[in-house]
Amino acid sequence: MFEDYIPFFIQLAIASGLSLTLLKGGELLGPSRPNRIKIMPYESGMDPVGSARQRYSIKFYLVAMIFIVFDVEIVFLYPWAISFQDFLAAGVGLEVLGIVIVFIVILAIGLIYDIKKGGLEFD
Amino acid sequence: MAGQILFFALAVTAIAAGVGVVWSRSPINSALWLILNLFCIAGLYLTLNAQFIAVIQILVYAGAIMVLFLFVIMLLNLSEMPSVTRFTIARLFGFFLVMGVLALLTYAVAAGLDVLPERIVPAAAAVSGSPSTLARSLFTEYALPFEIIGILLLAATVGAVIIAKRKPV
Repeated sequence: MFEDYIPFFIQLAIASGLSLTLLKGGELLGPSRPNRIKIMPYESGMDPVGSARQRYSIKFYLVAMIFIVFDVEIVFLYPWAISFQDFLAAGVGLEVLGIVIVFIVILAIGLIYDIKKGGLEFD
Repeated sequence: MAGQILFFALAVTAIAAGVGVVWSRSPINSALWLILNLFCIAGLYLTLNAQFIAVIQILVYAGAIMVLFLFVIMLLNLSEMPSVTRFTIARLFGFFLVMGVLALLTYAVAAGLDVLPERIVPAAAAVSGSPSTLARSLFTEYALPFEIIGILLLAATVGAVIIAKRKPV
């Protein structure tokens, strides 16, 4: 029931409230005397060169896409893992295991394809 | 009672974060506001007793999809947008007026067509929103659609590799 989650929301409120209060309190109470050298981005003691905004290669995006696909796969496995004992008790444990194995094999084909095509390599 | 307070707190924060997405001039700030918005919506799911969807909302949307959004922002190398037109009381008043009229019209049309959502009893929602209930129908009754989801994900993987690994012509 929803009432079970009230302690969770209270903890969330305390945790975020405490961290925000500490950050803001430090900013308000502490002395602040910025100068140009102090607010400069730290780049190993050198003066910063160029902009921090750079274009990234599409390869990173490919890895992120593949990550999402397998993330969604794992999401579908959570409910199965939770009610595995229920399925066994209902006598359909093996059938459901078969369904899940077919699902994993379908996605494993994608993983093998990625590896063969070199989708997970950086060159 | 606590549920209603929580609903309004989360709903108002979600709307404020949504306004923040549109209002902020740096794409990275927009993305951060969107994360707050997604978290609030996950909280709303929790108040509706849909625990599984709430956790998935945080794991997949606030986690993985946001990473993709950040990649797109960095890929396109977006910089700060020019600042929005000045904010005046008349514009604010007009905004709330238009939103109010829109909400009223939507409600009237929905009530006229009889498509208003039915009130859900929390006890029924608690039964239907839990992961074990979901698993019971997903892996038995809807096993074929579940495998089709697998094929859809396979197509997404293969498509991503084909598009990103294409040899420049």
